[in-house]
Amino acid sequence: MAFVGRRLLHSIFVLWAVATILFLMFRLMPGNPLAAYISEALSAEQQNLIMQQFGLDRPLWEQYVIYFGNLVQGELGTSFHRREPVLSIVLSVLPNTIILTFCGLFIAYAFGILAGAYLAWHRGTWIEGVVVPIALATRAAPEFWLGMILLAVFAFWLGWFPSGGANSAGAMYAGELDRIFSRDFLLHLTLPALTIALYLQGLPLLLMRSTMIEAMHEEFVTMARMKGLSEWRIVIHHAARNSLLPVLTAFALAIGPNISANVVVETVFSWPGLGRLLVQAVSTSDYPLAQGAFFLIALVVIVMNLVADLLYGFLDPRVSHGR
Amino acid sequence: MVADVESAALMRRSSQRLAAARDVARRLLSDPYTVAGLSIYVVFIVVALFADVLATHDPTEILFRANGRVAANRPLGEGFILGTTNLGRDIYSQLVYGSRSALMVGLTAAVFVVAIGTLTGLLSGYFGGFVDAAIMRLADIALAIPFLPFVIVLAAFLRPSTWNVVIAVALLLWPNTARVIRSQVLTVRERAYVEAARVTGASEARILFVHVAPNILPLSFLYGSIAIGWAILTEAAVSFVGFGDPSRISWGFMLQDAFVSQALSRGSWHWFLPPGFCIVLVVVAGFFLSRGAEEVLFPKLRS
Repeated sequence: MAFVGRRLLHSIFVLWAVATILFLMFRLMPGNPLAAYISEALSAEQQNLIMQQFGLDRPLWEQYVIYFGNLVQGELGTSFHRREPVLSIVLSVLPNTIILTFCGLFIAYAFGILAGAYLAWHRGTWIEGVVVPIALATRAAPEFWLGMILLAVFAFWLGWFPSGGANSAGAMYAGELDRIFSRDFLLHLTLPALTIALYLQGLPLLLMRSTMIEAMHEEFVTMARMKGLSEWRIVIHHAARNSLLPVLTAFALAIGPNISANVVVETVFSWPGLGRLLVQAVSTSDYPLAQGAFFLIALVVIVMNLVADLLYGFLDPRVSHGR
Repeated sequence: MVADVESAALMRRSSQRLAAARDVARRLLSDPYTVAGLSIYVVFIVVALFADVLATHDPTEILFRANGRVAANRPLGEGFILGTTNLGRDIYSQLVYGSRSALMVGLTAAVFVVAIGTLTGLLSGYFGGFVDAAIMRLADIALAIPFLPFVIVLAAFLRPSTWNVVIAVALLLWPNTARVIRSQVLTVRERAYVEAARVTGASEARILFVHVAPNILPLSFLYGSIAIGWAILTEAAVSFVGFGDPSRISWGFMLQDAFVSQALSRGSWHWFLPPGFCIVLVVVAGFFLSRGAEEVLFPKLRS
C-alpha cells in the first residue's frame, strides 16, 4: 500500500511539474501574453469575461494560482475558432485516440509475442536471418511513412479501406457505443491501427524471442523435458509463460509514449483524435485548445505510466517496492 | 611525489588502454552489424559532403521541359533520375541535399544529448544525495512530457527552424543516457583505482573527469548513435505535420510535400518511397552500430 501511495504522489508531482511547464511555455511565447487566451475575434464582453476568469490583468504568480484553480476544476478556456469550451472538445475526441492506440498496441503485441515465440523455437534457421533485420527496420521507419505506404496501397491503389476520418460523412448514430461498433468505424480504424501495429511489433517480437531463448535454458524447462513432456507443451506452458512478464511490462510502458506519438498517425489518416486536434490548434494559433489538448495528452501519459508501474509491481513480486 | 606516482600509473593505464582499444576495434570490425552500420554512415557522410557534385539539378528550382512546359510529375528516368515533384522539382537532387540536413540534425542533437546526459549522469552517480535526487526528478519530468507534442509546440512558438527541433530533442532525450551513465558510475566509483586516487589526495573534479569519466565514455557514444536516429526521425515527424524549417530541404519535408500534393492518390511511388528508405537506412545504421558495439563493449548489458 505504501508503494501505491508513493507512486501516486510521484505521479502528482510530475503532473504538477508538467502543468507548470505548460503554463510557462504558453506565456513565454512571442507576442502579447494575453494572446494565449484572448483572440481579437472575440467580442469585448467575451474578452472581459476571459480576462477575469484567468486573471490575465494580474501579476504572473497570481495568474499561476488562478491557472491551477481552473485546471483542477477542468476549466481550460474557450477555443478561439470553435467558440466552445476546450474541455468538451478534447473530451469528445479522447475516445477515438484511446481506441486507436489500444487497437494498434494489441495487434502489435499479439503478433510480436507469437512471432517471437516461434522464432525462439526455430532458432538459427534462415527465417531468423530474415525476420530480425526486418523487425529492426520497421522500428527505424518513420511511423507516418509506414502509414503513407499503407494508405497508398490499401486505400488508393486497392481501394479496400477509406482514406481518412473515423466515420463516413453524414453517418448518424444513436450513441457513442453504436458509433464505435459500427462497421463503418471499424473500416476506418483498420489502416491507422495497422500502421501503429506495424511500427511497434518489432519490440515485443525481439523481446519475446530473447527472453524465450533464455527461458529454454532454465532448469524448469530441462526438468519438463526430462519428464518427457511434448515440445509444444514445454514451449506454451513453461517457457512462454515465464517469458511473458517483460513483454507485458513493455506493453504497459508503450501506452504513454504511443499516445503522444499518435500525432503523426492521426494526421496521416485525418483521424479525429487528440494528436490531430493539437496539430490543428497549433497551426491555427488556437492557443487555449492547443494547451488543453497538450494537457490532456500529458495527463493520459502520466496516468498510463502510473498504471504500468503499479501493474509491474503487482505482477512481479520480485520488484522491490522500496527504493 | 604523490603526483608522480599517480601520473606513472595513468601512463601505464593509457598504454594498456591503447592496446585494449586496438583489440576492441578489431572485434568491432569482425561484427557484421557494426560493419553494416559503419558502411551506411560512411556512404551518407560522403553523399552529404559532395551533395553539390552528386545532385543533377538545383533541388528548389522549377524545371522545364524542352517544349517550355513545367516538367511536373515526370516519372522515373526521362532525364530525371527519380522523376519530378508536382511543381517540377527534381526528386533525386532533393534526396541528395536532404542527407545534409539529416546528418546535421542527427549529429548536433546527438552531441547535445550525449553531453547533457553524460554530465548529469556523472554528477548524479558520483555525488549521490541531493544532487542525485534533484537530477533524477528532473529526468522523471522530462520523460513524462509528451515528446512529439512538445517538439511541435516548441517549434511552432519559436519560429520553425531545425535548431528548435535539436533543442527540443536535447531537452527531452537526455534522461535515457543519464540513467544508464548514472548506474555505470555507481559501479565504477567503487573500483580500487578510484579509491587509490582518493587516497593520494586527488580532487573530486580530478577523480570524476580523469578516473571515472573515461570508463563510461564508450557507453555515452553508444547512446549517441541511438540519439542520431531519434533526432532524424523527430525532425521528419515535425516537418511532416508542417512545422519544419521551410528554408531547408529535408527528407521529412519531402514526405510532407508529397503527402499534401496528393502523391499518394496519384501513385507517385518514386516520390514518397525514397525519402522514407533513406531515413530507415540511417536510423537502422545507428541501431546496428549500437547493437554491435553493445555486444563487444558491454557483453553483460545484453540480458
